[in-house]
Amino acid sequence: MMRKLIKSLVVSKDLESHIDKMPKEVGSLGYDAWGFNSDINKIGVALFKKLYDHYFRVEADGLENIPKDGPCLIIANHSGQLPLDGTLIGIAMEMNPHSPRAPRAMIERFFPTVPFLGNLLNSVGAVIGDPLNCAKMLERGEAVIVFPEGIRGSGKLYNKRYQLQRFGNGFMHLAMKYNAPIIPVGVVGCEETIPAIANVKPLAKLLHVPYVPIALPFIFPAKVHLNFGKPMHFNHDQNETGREITEQEVTKQVEQVKSAIRGLINKGLAERKRIF
Amino acid sequence: MTTKSKKELDVPKSSASIDQTKQILITGAGGALAQHVISILKREYRIVAVDFRRRVELGEDIPSYKVDFNKRGFEDIFRTYEFDGVLHLGRMGLHEANRTRRYNMNVLGTQKLFNLCLKYNVHQVLVLSTHHVYGADAYNPALLDETFPLKASELTQDLVDSVELENLSTIYKWKHPDLHITILRPCNIVGPGVRNTISMLLSQKYAPILFGFSPLMQFIHVEDMAEAIATAFSQNRPGIYNVAPDDWVSYQDALVECGCNRLPILSIPPSLPKFVAKFMNTRSFPEYLVNYFKYPVIIDGSLFRESFKWKPGRSLEEIFSYYREVK
Repeated sequence: MMRKLIKSLVVSKDLESHIDKMPKEVGSLGYDAWGFNSDINKIGVALFKKLYDHYFRVEADGLENIPKDGPCLIIANHSGQLPLDGTLIGIAMEMNPHSPRAPRAMIERFFPTVPFLGNLLNSVGAVIGDPLNCAKMLERGEAVIVFPEGIRGSGKLYNKRYQLQRFGNGFMHLAMKYNAPIIPVGVVGCEETIPAIANVKPLAKLLHVPYVPIALPFIFPAKVHLNFGKPMHFNHDQNETGREITEQEVTKQVEQVKSAIRGLINKGLAERKRIF
Repeated sequence: MTTKSKKELDVPKSSASIDQTKQILITGAGGALAQHVISILKREYRIVAVDFRRRVELGEDIPSYKVDFNKRGFEDIFRTYEFDGVLHLGRMGLHEANRTRRYNMNVLGTQKLFNLCLKYNVHQVLVLSTHHVYGADAYNPALLDETFPLKASELTQDLVDSVELENLSTIYKWKHPDLHITILRPCNIVGPGVRNTISMLLSQKYAPILFGFSPLMQFIHVEDMAEAIATAFSQNRPGIYNVAPDDWVSYQDALVECGCNRLPILSIPPSLPKFVAKFMNTRSFPEYLVNYFKYPVIIDGSLFRESFKWKPGRSLEEIFSYYREVK
């Protein structure tokens, strides 16, 4: 089969044995319930790792903070018009020398409608951003990447770079329900990969896509810094008085995560010597 | 319609001799699945089989009738035999009749069956549904559990009867708890003798695919499904259950595993593959199921597996090897 041939050509034995250490359960033909395929995932990592190493020259710090197994939520700032940040975090997680994990990135709902791209993204681990998907994956002990800013973050213009947009609260409810630690991540560099100066909203509406940025049709080779923070635990859906936690209190907890991410972004910006 | 009145019904003498066991009715006896179910349950129950298409020959121990559920003659069978339970597996397919006739047989016929069960004091009904009722939608999450909304009728009018049959079963389930209704929603049932859409596609040398789409699917072997039905009926735990293994494969990979050649159909604009399916007019690629070859409907079968301590015995490899061998 073509897939086996491509895999034999692009995936080295070392890479394969490293990825095989991931605590990832798949069915008899290599698929999981969301379309992840172990062979396509390995091919994807092998190809994108070249961009990760040589084009974006990613520096990932704090990978030891990602739990070796069990459910966890990787919460990061979103930027760059395309889901490059999710891809690079995913490669960092799979290549983690301490304990590789299969990255499950939550993506926009319109992707499954795009021929080839929808299936391809599913095969490498991406899943449409539905709370039921996230809940079932945490139930099965997966490491889920969530960008709580959603399109507010990825579609923002260059003049708003590194300004965190509003976070949704959904991830916090799931973290508490499934006792999943939150690993905050600060992404620096993706803002500069596709700087957009405007969003053509009428065209976006016409095309049924979240945004149509005015930007150069080129992905700039900005150097990317990923800083993974210490795990944050929000295990209780009741406060100290035993009362069920209110939405206002959940928002406060979300603000704690947002603040941790802001700190990690500032760390990355301070570490960055030059943009490219 | 050849159903006979009470006095005319031929009751095989040999069936009356097995008087230690309970009597059950199985509909859709002509199908491969029903015949597997019959071969399992006949060890424990006295079976009466019916089918609306033809009288199925099942041996002298098993009385078999051709019957239309909506005709008065159906009641004669209930009058003649004292049923303890009913397994409602019979369904009129898309290729067999138009929308109205399917609705009459599948929905109103099922209502008639429930009413007869109430009238003749039947204590248990198992209804076979399908995972198609969830609808193939781009926004579907994976591992749909039994509480997920049934969206199939939003996507196509041709699945209204399947959804309505479920709704009707649910209404009777809550209104008449003594009927002990169990509804099973299986994934794709395949294997020897199965003549549904997906089984016919896997049997073919060439099978259509939508260019750029390969939805994830679940398959269950017909013998495993028969065992699941028999288990659910024997244990009698009323409820709604998905039935699927914890294993998955993409549609195109399944075709390759079965030795099929893929025949790509342009998928954009979305109306194009529907037009092609309508033009082809084949049972194996009906227009109303086109979305199921584009977007996945992955169901969570864990409730059934845990409730009935059941798991399928045949792997995907065993399922696909059958289709490779028959080519």
